[in-house]
Amino acid sequence: MKTRTWMTWAVIVLLTVLPLWFASAPPAEPGAEAPAMFGGADERAQQAIGTVAPDYAPWFEPLFEPASGEIASLLFALQAAIGAGVIGYWLGTSVARERARRESATSSTQSEPHAD
Amino acid sequence: MHIMEGFLPPAHALGWAAASLPFLAFGLHSVKRSLQAHPERRMLLGVAAAFAFLLSALKLPSVTGSCSHPTGVGFGALLFGPAAMVPVGFVVLLFQALLLAHGGLTTLGANVFSMAIVGPFVAYGVFRAAAGVGASRSVAVFLAACLGDLATYVVTSIQLAWAFPDAVGGFGASFVKFAGIFGLTQVPIAISEGLLTVLVVNAMARFNAHELRALPVMMAGRKSA
Repeated sequence: MKTRTWMTWAVIVLLTVLPLWFASAPPAEPGAEAPAMFGGADERAQQAIGTVAPDYAPWFEPLFEPASGEIASLLFALQAAIGAGVIGYWLGTSVARERARRESATSSTQSEPHAD
Repeated sequence: MHIMEGFLPPAHALGWAAASLPFLAFGLHSVKRSLQAHPERRMLLGVAAAFAFLLSALKLPSVTGSCSHPTGVGFGALLFGPAAMVPVGFVVLLFQALLLAHGGLTTLGANVFSMAIVGPFVAYGVFRAAAGVGASRSVAVFLAACLGDLATYVVTSIQLAWAFPDAVGGFGASFVKFAGIFGLTQVPIAISEGLLTVLVVNAMARFNAHELRALPVMMAGRKSA
């Protein structure tokens, strides 16, 4: 169980890290410059729309756009931090509760109340 | 899988919003009913939402040289049923559309349909099927989260191909193009999401066994841990 957990973590890390070396460059859309390595798939889809339907113009603009890539990554980090914080809190209380339950179970079966 | 703001023609944008709305209403109703019956599950629902929040913020590199993100909605679908994840996914997508200019309000209906409806329902269905044929819980959870994630990106490709059919090859050629961008990129990321979901469910089984036992969905697949 324990080793299997570590193995699973290792596979997740490898699946995430290995593409940094072994990925092929994304193909360029005809008439457009080659997309940046490891850009978002969403942006590539946007470019693909441009080649399939060159006359299409988006008819609505985002109401608010992060002022820069840094601000955007700040907001994404915030999103991840909120999620991780909640999960960490829950995992922590679960572990503590489980330990307390086990301790009270062993101490109540061990001896009479007036032990020493 | 985020279709950018304004990148679906108005008729498609409206159509997907109309398709998603009943699911959202039903999902809200189902969450409300579930929390009324089991107020102690509030924390766990928060965890399911947090998992989707966390995973959909992580843009991971993939073999195609693009980055994409897992969705994280499969986990909650296995705990609370797929309908409960519709409002959760909706909140995540609304947050990203409003604050991050990632996705958009006009495309919210389409994005909710792929990530918050098809993803959870596929994950749930796969889990039930895998558990039904006797797969262990880990295998069933892995397949559910992995295929639910992939299904989301297939739906996004269908949505875009439908809105933007190729001038020569029509829907088919366009679908191949978008699926090549979204689907292939997603394969290793979906596998990672499947493995990560297994780890979280295993942690639950270890530290929260009684809570897990109270959830009807997980019990269907309890052959071995």
